[in-house]
Amino acid sequence: MFKGWNLKGGLDLEGHKDLSRQYSINNTAIPDELIYPLVDRSGNVLTALAKTGERVLKGQVIAGSKGVQGTLLHAASSGLVKENEWRMIAHPSGLKSECLIVATDGLDECCPIDEPVDYRQLSAADICEKVHQAGIVGLGGASFPTAIKITPNNVHTIDTLIINGAECEPYITCDDRLMQQYPSEILLGIQVLLRALAIKNCVIGIEEDMPEAIEAIQKAIECSGFNQIQVKVVPAVYPAGGERQLIYLLTGRETPSQGFPVDIGVVCQNVGTVMAVYQAIVKGQVLIERVVTVTGTGINKPQNMWARIGTPIKDLVSQCGGYNGPNERLIMGGLMMGFSLPDDSVGITKATNCILVATSKEVTKSSEAEIQPCIRCGECASVCPVNLLPQQIYWYSQGGAHQKCQSFGLFDCIECGCCDVVCPSHIPLVQYFRASKSKVFLKRREDEAATLAKQRFERRDTRQVQEKVAREQRIRVKKLALVKRQKESVSSSAKMQDKP
Amino acid sequence: MLWICLLFAILGVILGYAAFRFKVEGDPLVVDIEALLPQTQCGQCGFPGCKPYAEAIAQGKADINQCPPGGEVGVKALADLLGLDAKPLNESFGIEKEKKVAVIVEADCIGCTLCIQACPVDAILGAAKYMHTVIASECTGCDLCVEPCPVDCIVMTAIKPSVLNWQWPKPIPNRH
Repeated sequence: MFKGWNLKGGLDLEGHKDLSRQYSINNTAIPDELIYPLVDRSGNVLTALAKTGERVLKGQVIAGSKGVQGTLLHAASSGLVKENEWRMIAHPSGLKSECLIVATDGLDECCPIDEPVDYRQLSAADICEKVHQAGIVGLGGASFPTAIKITPNNVHTIDTLIINGAECEPYITCDDRLMQQYPSEILLGIQVLLRALAIKNCVIGIEEDMPEAIEAIQKAIECSGFNQIQVKVVPAVYPAGGERQLIYLLTGRETPSQGFPVDIGVVCQNVGTVMAVYQAIVKGQVLIERVVTVTGTGINKPQNMWARIGTPIKDLVSQCGGYNGPNERLIMGGLMMGFSLPDDSVGITKATNCILVATSKEVTKSSEAEIQPCIRCGECASVCPVNLLPQQIYWYSQGGAHQKCQSFGLFDCIECGCCDVVCPSHIPLVQYFRASKSKVFLKRREDEAATLAKQRFERRDTRQVQEKVAREQRIRVKKLALVKRQKESVSSSAKMQDKP
Repeated sequence: MLWICLLFAILGVILGYAAFRFKVEGDPLVVDIEALLPQTQCGQCGFPGCKPYAEAIAQGKADINQCPPGGEVGVKALADLLGLDAKPLNESFGIEKEKKVAVIVEADCIGCTLCIQACPVDAILGAAKYMHTVIASECTGCDLCVEPCPVDCIVMTAIKPSVLNWQWPKPIPNRH
């Protein structure tokens, strides 16, 4: 049984995991088109590195973003790069954005891959560089570049690596399947990460309702002899798989508000990310595919599949036997933290862990219920896993007092949606919080722009003053020269007159 | 008596020194007011920029409701700072509009540099007899370049919604 710290709040949600967890991960056919948005979810713009009309090979770099958090994107199959198009992308706005499109040729021709090397011969810097070159980002959903997380720095001392195998969202089973089918690969991936971080301590957190995964990992640990890796079973409470929540459950350490797990000596990686690290370092393969759970009562054959990044959702759906009737909503991500998509032409991204085809069975409550006034019952506060007062933040958010929201911990909200579920007045609290966060970000951007405009205005002002002074100076000098010349000419003409 | 005089003299010296040593550059009130203005530098308030307007407010020469880009929110913030009652925007200075960005129709530009001289934040690039262009990210949408253009090739365009500037909408409460 679980011996550790207890999560405050949270919900005991129905898992619906049996729809997809018992089937092994299927491979998918090469889609006709691969769609890559040239902007990621954190708003970084990617620059296309492959030209229009160029033939790209599987695993070739086709786009990259600059800056500290820059990542690389690779083609998931061989084909021709079409002209960039504005397509619907995996984004809650439902807006179109510029996308790089690869028309596949079905040959699936690979880039020459590096000779696999023994990871024990690699230095930490080599591992980080390879992880970066392989385009690996957190596959749990946040898409934070993994190389940055594992690059040692002088400020923080890391002592524990936590592997997140607590898939707490209902319906999603991709990490569960990965652990059942690839336990020894995951353990090798962990060894690589431990080497990069130069530490020995690793804890894998798995939810108690995944007995097969727990058994598979434990067996693999026994066989491999990697005894420093511990498996800890955590209660199946949503959101036990949230990064901060899992760290607290396993170590009792609390990530500071506005801080990061590194501040408390922890690096946390998702199981899928560890698998990608294994593939990159041990196999020399870049990140071009991931496991996606395609599930929900609206689909004929729910299952997990190895899907190429960029595959349109409709291709995955048709390989799952198609829709079984009219659907209420198409959700990317989980039922709790995912977002609705306008249609199924959207390509999957590195962050896509689940496609949920929801029927009226799954989504009636939130969409049909009428919003009633808050009765201040406090239910939301008792389920909040971050100890916030959602009713209070809601109050300020509704009134547009976004600064006040911040003082009540708006940015500590992980948008898990527990408060939405329990609210007897059906208030969409999380949406209020997201709207407030948007407003705060907008205000920050406006303030930055205003500061810049002020600077430019002031510099222009000083420049104009300087120019005026310089012009006056020039005129004065010229006038003086003129007066001097006139005097000279007068005196010389006087001399001339004197001479004869 | 003598002691008291002496004490006062010493304190006087200290005060005099403090006034000299800790002198505040500029008017702190002007700085606070200016921080609340949108820095559009559009001059709609009747002053040549946000700072001159801030100075005029501090001296009581201008009212707080003369800044259309700041809008009602801006007026309210100024009222809070100065302890005054908020009032509606004075429409004789203009009305609150959505922020736009100037775009030069490059095919029509004759390269006269008049817009470059008019831009208060140096957001227009170009040289005489060469095409000009607006640096969109630096443009404050002040409209000042539109008027001087002899060929009317500057259009104020709405900022296009994209995933980069998109905002989560606030839920619509359905009260009965």
